[in-house]
Amino acid sequence: MASVTIDDVRKSYGAVEVLHGVSIPIEEGEFVVLVGPSGCGKSTLLRMLAGLEHITSGRILIGDRVVNDLPPKDRDIAMVFQNYALYPHLTVAENMGFSLKLAGEKRPAIAEKVRPAAEILGLAHLLDRYPRMLSGGQRQRVAMGRAIVRDPQVFLFDEPLSNLDAKLRVSMRTEIKNLHQRLQTTTVYVTHDQIEAMTMADKIVVMHDGIVEQIGAPLDLYDRPANLFVAGFIGSPAMSMIPGTLAEDGAFAAADGTRLPVGDTGTARAGQPLVYGVRPEAMTPGGSIPLTVEVTEPTGSETYVVGRMGGTAITGVFRERITVSPGGTLPIGIDPAAVHLFDAASGQRLTR
Amino acid sequence: MSSTSVRTDDAPRRRPGLLTRMIESRNGLGFLFMLPAGIFLLFFLTYPLGLGVWLGFTDTKIGRSGIFVGLENYRWLFDDPVFWLAVFNTLFYTVFASVAKFALGLWLAMLLNRHLPFKNFFRAIILLPWVVPTVLSAMAFWWIFDSQFSIISWVLMRIGLIDQPINFLGDPWNARWSVIAANIWRGIPFVAISLLAGLQTIPQSLNEAAAIDGATPWQRFTKVTLPLLTPIIAVVMTFSVLFTFTDFQLIYVLTRGGPVNATHLMATLSFQRAIPGGQLGEGAAIAVAMIPFLLAAILFSFFGLQRRKWQQGND
Ligand SMILES: Nc1ncnc2c1ncn2[C@@H]1O[C@H](COP(=O)(O)OP(=O)(O)OP(=O)(O)O)[C@@H](O)[C@H]1O
Ligand SMILES: [Mg+2]
Repeated sequence: MASVTIDDVRKSYGAVEVLHGVSIPIEEGEFVVLVGPSGCGKSTLLRMLAGLEHITSGRILIGDRVVNDLPPKDRDIAMVFQNYALYPHLTVAENMGFSLKLAGEKRPAIAEKVRPAAEILGLAHLLDRYPRMLSGGQRQRVAMGRAIVRDPQVFLFDEPLSNLDAKLRVSMRTEIKNLHQRLQTTTVYVTHDQIEAMTMADKIVVMHDGIVEQIGAPLDLYDRPANLFVAGFIGSPAMSMIPGTLAEDGAFAAADGTRLPVGDTGTARAGQPLVYGVRPEAMTPGGSIPLTVEVTEPTGSETYVVGRMGGTAITGVFRERITVSPGGTLPIGIDPAAVHLFDAASGQRLTR
Repeated sequence: MSSTSVRTDDAPRRRPGLLTRMIESRNGLGFLFMLPAGIFLLFFLTYPLGLGVWLGFTDTKIGRSGIFVGLENYRWLFDDPVFWLAVFNTLFYTVFASVAKFALGLWLAMLLNRHLPFKNFFRAIILLPWVVPTVLSAMAFWWIFDSQFSIISWVLMRIGLIDQPINFLGDPWNARWSVIAANIWRGIPFVAISLLAGLQTIPQSLNEAAAIDGATPWQRFTKVTLPLLTPIIAVVMTFSVLFTFTDFQLIYVLTRGGPVNATHLMATLSFQRAIPGGQLGEGAAIAVAMIPFLLAAILFSFFGLQRRKWQQGND
């Protein structure tokens, strides 16, 4: 186990800079998830951490050792690839023991380390199989087993679940989380799926176009997104965002004149162009704000309502069963304490 | 255990005609589909081969149809030192040229598989020796190996390493190595490009995983790249060995088998005896004597080519 420090790291491919100075502190034993839309540089950052990509500038430390110029094998890390990267010509046991064999360990010693790892992952009966004889989920587990056997300082995962079907993804999510609780190894996990990030992380790093937008615990990001990007990225269905300004009386005036309640206004000033952010579950039926219903999607336990409010498309989630037909109006209320105001120009959140 | 006929419902049905049955059965249909190709092969492969083998048992000369003489030709060849020299030359030529083509071709393929500037340009360039007609490249080598005007001799003399031209094609051992060098030059593109295609099927992430697992570049080569490449290597080298073993054009243009038969391969000797020499029967016998060697090579590759346990397919 070791801490990891990423300090103002930049990466350029030729003249194109794809990471523009990324700094992330990672504590010992922490489970950190890098999340962001496709192409934001998550994999690049992870590969720089692994030593597979050169670091253009900045420093990466594992423990208190600067690893910028260390080759992958000397960094004491293990990585699980998106396509698993199992050696097709080696059996499961040989795949898992490959690093030990390279390190010159004897056969019995290798078997002694492979077996418990295989048992943790439920692979004990598959040790003699070749990768092609395994299902996707089993391959994924072998890839994790190969990482565990090495007992590294840091685990790196690059979208390990994206090739699995939805159900398996949910169960593997739990399994990886359990594994982390058991081994307590520092983990950096890359995904573009914000649900994965929310459910697994001790700490989420939201990235966008080569910069870090926000770092924080999952619920912190959910409750206090630093800016419009994070607000829109974290949470499903996404936060509804309505442009407008703050009126003199302290309420929010949407572009079409609809009045929306605001609690604390933070540093927002009247007249300033703003964006009003409200999470779907902060809306309740039976208020004074008209919501024009376009689609209702009942799931049984909740009802999703997609419609227009203040001239903007929004989504609400209600525990009640909503029976308004499309085109009708649903009067709703909004909890003023759950409202965020963002500066329309910079995107920064202005409420506390 | 009543295993007596229960299939009474089958009995009253009329037996369908042969053709219908054939079309309905999987094997029969397969046979039908293969028939045209089979006939084609029979005529264009088996007939000449059969004729060649038959000629080997006769004393046919050009302009005179011969009679069956049994193993006469082979008995004669068995006592012929030139024949045995040609066998030795062929094996020598095949072994050294193939090993070198493999090593250099693999090395080139690995180089071309890396990120190089002008990668596509180099990939195109490397095919050149292969697309140039053999006779043309053989004539180029003929000049390169010329006893008076050889560019190699000229360069070496300029640097001062030697003080008279090397007699490349006039000395038996020089000639052997020279024709091998020419064959290597010609054969490398095939090996390199085929192996490059094989290398490109190996995902980069396997190498990266191995690097993280602690493998040195050499270990990545021997423990990941090479094992994954073996199926392709088996195919490529089988073809390469067959081409080399049966080589004719290069030798015929460069040395015509000389000096003093030092570079005669079985193929060139067979032609020499049969056409200019007029002894069709004897020439055919030499050609037939190549068959066991070729069969051995094919058998070897058959086992080399068998699916490895880790590959796709049945266990
Ligand atoms: N070898 C390369 N040469 C040039 N540009 C590259 C290279 N590798 C990545 N990039 C660029 O760097 C950026 C970040 O890529 P990266 O693979 O890190 O994205 P990502 O966040 O992992 O996306 P995804 O979720 O799709 O995997 C992209 O814009 C990509 O085009
Ligand atoms: Mg990626």
